[in-house]
Amino acid sequence: MAMSEPDIGLALVNIVLLGLLFVVAIAIARLRSLFAIVMLSGIYSLVSAAWYVAVDAVDVGFTEAAVGAGMSTAVLLGAMLLTSRTAKPEKSLRQLGPLLVCVATGIMLIYATVDLPAVGDPNSPANTGVGLTYLRVAWYDTGIENVVTPVLGSYRGFDTLGETTVVFVAGIAVALLLGFGERSLAETIRNEDKSLPKANKKPEAEDGETDS
Amino acid sequence: MKSDHHVILRVITKTLIPVIVLFGLYVQFHGDFGPGGGFQAGVILAVAIILYALVFGVPSAMRAVPPAFTRSVAAVGVLLYAGVGFWALLQGGQYLEYQALFGEEPGGHHGQHVGIILIELGVLFGVSGAMLTIFYAFAGRVAEIRDEDW
Repeated sequence: MAMSEPDIGLALVNIVLLGLLFVVAIAIARLRSLFAIVMLSGIYSLVSAAWYVAVDAVDVGFTEAAVGAGMSTAVLLGAMLLTSRTAKPEKSLRQLGPLLVCVATGIMLIYATVDLPAVGDPNSPANTGVGLTYLRVAWYDTGIENVVTPVLGSYRGFDTLGETTVVFVAGIAVALLLGFGERSLAETIRNEDKSLPKANKKPEAEDGETDS
Repeated sequence: MKSDHHVILRVITKTLIPVIVLFGLYVQFHGDFGPGGGFQAGVILAVAIILYALVFGVPSAMRAVPPAFTRSVAAVGVLLYAGVGFWALLQGGQYLEYQALFGEEPGGHHGQHVGIILIELGVLFGVSGAMLTIFYAFAGRVAEIRDEDW
């Protein structure tokens, strides 16, 4: 897309969005309040979703906005309620090791980006191999307008079946580890039973308080 | 949550949730033509119910959409997806070969459309059920979100 002439507007959008990502990441690393961190990680996902749209990866941006900003923020909020509200400050000497690891990984990633093809490069490996074949034959094979859908559903139906199974197994695994969550419902019903029949209050209604 | 200073939040949420659900269904059934599909639609539908749970309390959301229902829906979704594969097998094709669903020649698109709609429905059920199960597992451990937690 940005092959023929350098697009100043697109470059500015990229710089602004990536700069925002950088600022949010630094803020997350420096904050101690878990609530603020959860909210900022949602903002991080939203900004990266906007950036995916800017580099023409609309489907990825869509998924990032739904999963990263919507779903994982809500789940992290639920997890945050189970712990304390602030993170313990780490000694500054012990922060040195993780900092070195981060800097080394970052340098390696920047070194790797030198070899990456430009955005939308028609000669990149992703566009010359099987991707081009999909673009050519998908319409004849399936008659579906959006080429992403037949790639995910038809050509790579096994992958998508595997992904759906992984999501299902993840849900079942979390539920098996943490319980299905019916405790809060049971507790509310118990509280309502306790508060409603004031007149014929029985003494055994009180021993439902024990919680594991 | 008993006091009434969340009234703006509740009113806005009540008007937003139908729009979110409608958008989720649009993403689901418009996936053939634009960005979107079962995965995104499943997450959006799950988020609509999670928003309800965050504002009105997890127990009332559990009364509307019980945890037993969400995990059943997740299982039904995976079974539906895998079942389309077996349907193709029974018609004499290969696993998940939509072309074989109605025994079409190459170039026939009816089986592709039906197969993809069915597996996208399976993804929708699987993802939304699993996401809600995960949310209930986390959020169901605390009885009620108190005001000072926000």
